[in-house]
Amino acid sequence: MSAAFSPEIIAQHQLTPGEYRKVVDILGRQPTYTELGIFAVMWSEHCSYKSSRVHLKKLPTRGKLVVQGPGENAGIIDIGGGYVIAFKIESHNHPSFIEPLQGAATGVGGILRDIFTMGARPIAVMDSLRFGRLDQVGQASRPVGSSSSSVGQASAGRLVGQASAGQSERSSDSSSAARNRRIVSGVVAGIAHYGNCFGVPTVGGECIFEPCYDGNPLVNVFALGVCRKEEVFYAKAAGVGNPVIYVGARTGRDGIHGASMASAEFTEESKQKRPNVQVGDPFMEKLLLEACIEAMRTGAIVGIQDMGAAGLTCSTCEMGSRGEVGIEIELDRVPQRETGMTPYEIMLSESQERMLLVADKGREDEVFRVFKKWGLEAAEIGTVTDDGKLRVRHHGEIVAEIPNRELADEAPLYHRPYTVPPKVAQAIGLRTPANVHAALPALLAAPDICSKRWIWEQYDYQVRTNTLTVPEQTDAAIVRVKETGTSIAMSLDGNGRYTYLSPREGAQLAVAECCRNLSVVGALPVAATNCLNFGNPERPEIMAQLVEAIEGMSDACRFFDTPITGGNVSLYNETLGEGIYPTPVIGMVGLMKTAAPVTMGFKNAGRSVILLGGAGTCDEVRFGGTQYAKEIEKQLWGLPPALDLLHEKRVQEAVREIVAAGLAESAHDLSDGGLAVALAECCFGTAEIGARIDLDSDLRPEVLAFHEAPSRILISTARPLQVAAIAERHGVPSPVIGVTIEQGMEIRQRGNTLGSWDIAALRAAYEGALEAHVR
Amino acid sequence: MKFGVIVFPGSNCDHDAFYAVANNLGQPAEFIWHDSSSLGDVDAVILPGGFSYGDYLRCGAIAKFSPVMAAVRKFAADGGLVLGVCNGFQILVEAGLLPGALIRNRGLKFICRELRLSVATTNSPYTSAGQKDQVLRMPIAHGEGCYIADERTLDALEAEDRVAFRYIDNANGSLRNIAGVLNRERNVMGMMPHPERATEPLMGSTDGLIVFQSMIQTMLQATFLTTPRAAAIP
Repeated sequence: MSAAFSPEIIAQHQLTPGEYRKVVDILGRQPTYTELGIFAVMWSEHCSYKSSRVHLKKLPTRGKLVVQGPGENAGIIDIGGGYVIAFKIESHNHPSFIEPLQGAATGVGGILRDIFTMGARPIAVMDSLRFGRLDQVGQASRPVGSSSSSVGQASAGRLVGQASAGQSERSSDSSSAARNRRIVSGVVAGIAHYGNCFGVPTVGGECIFEPCYDGNPLVNVFALGVCRKEEVFYAKAAGVGNPVIYVGARTGRDGIHGASMASAEFTEESKQKRPNVQVGDPFMEKLLLEACIEAMRTGAIVGIQDMGAAGLTCSTCEMGSRGEVGIEIELDRVPQRETGMTPYEIMLSESQERMLLVADKGREDEVFRVFKKWGLEAAEIGTVTDDGKLRVRHHGEIVAEIPNRELADEAPLYHRPYTVPPKVAQAIGLRTPANVHAALPALLAAPDICSKRWIWEQYDYQVRTNTLTVPEQTDAAIVRVKETGTSIAMSLDGNGRYTYLSPREGAQLAVAECCRNLSVVGALPVAATNCLNFGNPERPEIMAQLVEAIEGMSDACRFFDTPITGGNVSLYNETLGEGIYPTPVIGMVGLMKTAAPVTMGFKNAGRSVILLGGAGTCDEVRFGGTQYAKEIEKQLWGLPPALDLLHEKRVQEAVREIVAAGLAESAHDLSDGGLAVALAECCFGTAEIGARIDLDSDLRPEVLAFHEAPSRILISTARPLQVAAIAERHGVPSPVIGVTIEQGMEIRQRGNTLGSWDIAALRAAYEGALEAHVR
Repeated sequence: MKFGVIVFPGSNCDHDAFYAVANNLGQPAEFIWHDSSSLGDVDAVILPGGFSYGDYLRCGAIAKFSPVMAAVRKFAADGGLVLGVCNGFQILVEAGLLPGALIRNRGLKFICRELRLSVATTNSPYTSAGQKDQVLRMPIAHGEGCYIADERTLDALEAEDRVAFRYIDNANGSLRNIAGVLNRERNVMGMMPHPERATEPLMGSTDGLIVFQSMIQTMLQATFLTTPRAAAIP
């Protein structure tokens, strides 16, 4: 056929010479240009997981509730009563940097399609966001000599250790702060635009700011849908001779090579890749949802898959491969919004809001009728064949002919070399004189801790009237399933600082935190999805972060019996050679009986405040990843907080029992900012009740107030003895540390007041900070 | 009393309105597709929230041309109860069934928030079950909910007691805190807050029930008054 492509063309397609040789081997000839493009996208890191696959196999994926594990568009869990939930998290990091609004919007659109392509109606979205710093951090609260230049004195957010060179300086640059503000506003507006219009509630999430995300924000979107168990659809082609039908938006030139773009580092030229970002149309997606669900009910659909990354290429060859059949399509029949598109462009376009389905031959009209009702274009573009090949014709001529299985499932697999993760200096002493009183309002106003109301009020978190929680009033979001009396609790967590200090422990802490968040509202964690955001895997120390994080996550998920049913890996999160913190994000789902949730706010004065799990302990090394270290000391050092998995599990079992017994008037787990921050958040409830606590501890005051040891939950109760009895049965300490009071908040250590605050002032710091930062 | 919930392409609170009426108020309900020319045998019509036709143009500007809107107009002209919530309110305003306009929130951002509003009049089929000045908690969820009209219209609305609800917490900048208005005949009402999202304790508020209970009571009374007595009393 054709001659070999030049090394330059091959490199432009981000295929290595070895990979190109494999292409030639598979085909038994040189590829056509269209075929080269097809292999390039299917074998991109984004689509093939070629660097991570060998390690992803370590994750637990099975469990008694798991109906569908990894390998489909989303994982599926049985929730009883004849219903299942489908859920997954996916990243849209690279597009969101290049074009924040559309990048984030299409991120939402993509994951929603993954859910409803399985027959499940999306009922909740959450997002995990990471941005660069918004403030000119050098001016923050550091005393004397703050952003001075001497190494080690360190300006804000500075990492200590070799691998961190340059991470901080960028952020103190006011133009990057301005750009970050634009990215934040754009991403939030994009998520709101798409989710609100589509009609899915965005019920929760998390948002963290670090200089390392300056040129590389993370936008991870989680979606969850529900359907009857027998109505699940799979992305599998079957039935030789069955028609292959294209539905939805027309194909344009947008998004060509999006998947390979997401598989490369950013350079100065990346901003010129704006045409690679797709444009979303949530209205079209809403129609597609309703039409697909209605069409599925006709019983005439055999298999269905959305066209996401790698568009028509991916949907055809994956459906063919899963069904062990071939698919032949004629590109002339593909609805196109532009003229003169080449086969290469049509096959690689990532135009949004498109689906591919296989229908029962003879029943096509039933399918077409539904799409016509919803005003959508549907076209028969090909048929299922028996030869296992993806055959693409254009004007009748074959432009690509590739065996499906080799293309979809035989992508190169790399055992990338890995060494050890970058080392971080072990101990930097606490240098700022302890002042708990002053530190608390500063921490409450810190971007990571402060109220994200400015973000979540832009999301319709209630549409479908299933949302039982208001963001920031509970540790987990809860959405009921009206049909079954069951509710789904869900939480997202990932702590890049912890994971940078220790990938293995950081990943475990994220799993533990998610499970704890669910347990605090009384839900039993049952399954998880993950989004692994890392730097360049070709660097052995980055690869080491990935490997250790996966192993840590795997251990913790096994321990908590929460299999990972799917997810996404986003590598090459680097700009100009600087990587992000390793940021594995966990999305955990749990089940509970539908009931009004226990919120974190104190409800009545005169109640006992119990610290379930005990005050915990923390040495200086383990204090280096805390928000206190970040905001007050402006440093990062040491190791993340120590996690004892068994203790954690007992605490969670205890809190679930306490909540189920109706003994907790409020419950809130300790997380970023430790005890003092958590206590303040409990005081911000609608009842406006305060608290006074007194701690019996030898720890330094600031460590006591702000350390972030896990496995601790603040509970207020009218029945402390019954709470204590349950805790004791689980072998968990449950000291009564104080009492709720009519107004004010006070923390004492053995009778000495460490701080005493007016709650309105604390609330003002907490509520007003983000908007002030964003503006 | 049978409620019809209109489904425009892009409506997304249609199921919520249906659920509130059918499940929480125990009334029969049915969906009415946007291209139907008739409303069937419904006693009241709800135009639900959402983003009809994507609302890429002015909100509601395309929905007003939907075939079903002719039937809604006729239904309203015949005295039928027509409730528009959120996008439904925007459509009624665009269709000229209610005065004024809804523009972008003053803060230029979409806002989802539970807030307080008060019953401005009890003289309407949508508020008769409430008390004047009664404080209700209901959520809003919109980007374009700032109610405006010229001074003369606003004065007339107040003089004719056609403001149904007022915001106590005015989050979108609506003039004179107007959250809901009635037409001159008082049988058509539009409001930006979502009463259907406040019809069950699990939703966090049940204050929205007042709207639907008022409608049901009104319709029952009307049925009672218009049913020929002769047949009942021989």
